[in-house]
Amino acid sequence: MTDHVVIVGGGTGGTVLANDLADRLDKELDAGDVRVTLVNDDPEHVYKPVWLYVPFGQREPADGRRPLADLVPDVVDLRIDRVSAIDTDGKRLAFDDTGGEIAYDYLVLATGSTLEPDRIPGLADGAHDYYSESGATDLRDDLLAFTEGDLVLSVVGTAHMCPAAPLEFVFMADDWFRERGLREDVDITYTYPIQRVHGNPHISQWARPRMDERDIQVETFFNAESVDPEAETITSMEGTELDYDLLVAIPPHAGIDLIEEAGLGDDGWVDVDKHTLEAEAASDVYALGDTAETGVPKAGSVAHYQAGVVGRRLASEIRGRPATATYDGKTLCFLETGMDEASFVAFDYENPPSPAPPSEKLHWSKLAYNESYWLTARGLL
Amino acid sequence: MPEIEPDETVDARGAACPGPLMDLIGKIRSADTGDVIRLLSDNDQSRTDVPEWAEEAGNELLAVEERDDHTAFYVQKA
Repeated sequence: MTDHVVIVGGGTGGTVLANDLADRLDKELDAGDVRVTLVNDDPEHVYKPVWLYVPFGQREPADGRRPLADLVPDVVDLRIDRVSAIDTDGKRLAFDDTGGEIAYDYLVLATGSTLEPDRIPGLADGAHDYYSESGATDLRDDLLAFTEGDLVLSVVGTAHMCPAAPLEFVFMADDWFRERGLREDVDITYTYPIQRVHGNPHISQWARPRMDERDIQVETFFNAESVDPEAETITSMEGTELDYDLLVAIPPHAGIDLIEEAGLGDDGWVDVDKHTLEAEAASDVYALGDTAETGVPKAGSVAHYQAGVVGRRLASEIRGRPATATYDGKTLCFLETGMDEASFVAFDYENPPSPAPPSEKLHWSKLAYNESYWLTARGLL
Repeated sequence: MPEIEPDETVDARGAACPGPLMDLIGKIRSADTGDVIRLLSDNDQSRTDVPEWAEEAGNELLAVEERDDHTAFYVQKA
């Protein structure tokens, strides 16, 4: 009998896991005891952290794209298709494009985040983002030409991908305008939904004084209710209205509808045991990365580490041994604090983050990692 | 204390900070004026986050119930 592992989603988590299984189960794959299928609706893998640099003219979206076929070995069946239904009782997946179905023995959902700007009236028309390729290039067009006025960055939806990126953007923008002698003509305002500038209180305590020192205005308890693109204003549920000349927003996020339709969790996030990453509502189903509702950030490092845990657990199960590998909440993030310096945090479920002093060395470490990410995607780093 | 019948309940037990507050805010967004939302949270930070946000947003925190392993907050949308 052949065990069939199906991974849905070819982002960081799914791609790292496919490579992990190809290596870990090489004998079983060679013998035909196991099959691994990676399903993605795009033939290309996208590395989203590149998008932060696109608006500043430092990177191109193409820098974050590679063919998935170049990143996973031939022993993994790569299927470019879109799943249209998940049946966890019958252990089957249905597909949109081909109309076919496949059966699985083990299912891993790594479908990631999607943006839902339409939840906030006016947001799609009035705001830019750098959480999508088109958003990042559209923002670049306006930001490169922006020389004076009110720049507002509004974190609208949480949880969102890369929780550090909104702080990074305003720190980078501050430095970028200063270097170009324009900072006195540009007011930067940062809004956040709760009473701090970041969801994690330790990162918030570290960031807030730096924002004050650099004259980055802060509006907390600001939950955007609507944007008026004509009047160029954004209004919060709490009754605050801000004028903007250039609005950059982190749009609301959600997972894919299929997850809720399959009864695996709300808003497209799979309810999981946060240590084993097993779905609570179905057997032989795992979720990882943004898709898994663990409470840790929706970040690439999380997906990377979780893929290793799921890979070890699947290998144990396929070999008929107890699965003992668990995820401890490990998260790593580089955090740009300007155009030439960065900080770094590492934390887990038990140990809170303590941001490192910003340095040029950490900035170059971040850029170097972004280049070597392709080794991570291939399971080599 | 009279029993309050919520229009909707948000069960955020197990969620890390600021998940419970964000879950409450998300539900209030889609609620009608006058609706009462009950938030269940076992995160200690909610005891300060929720009252502060309710006051800031002009919503009324009708009651807070301390239960065995979590807290129930009743917030009425203004």
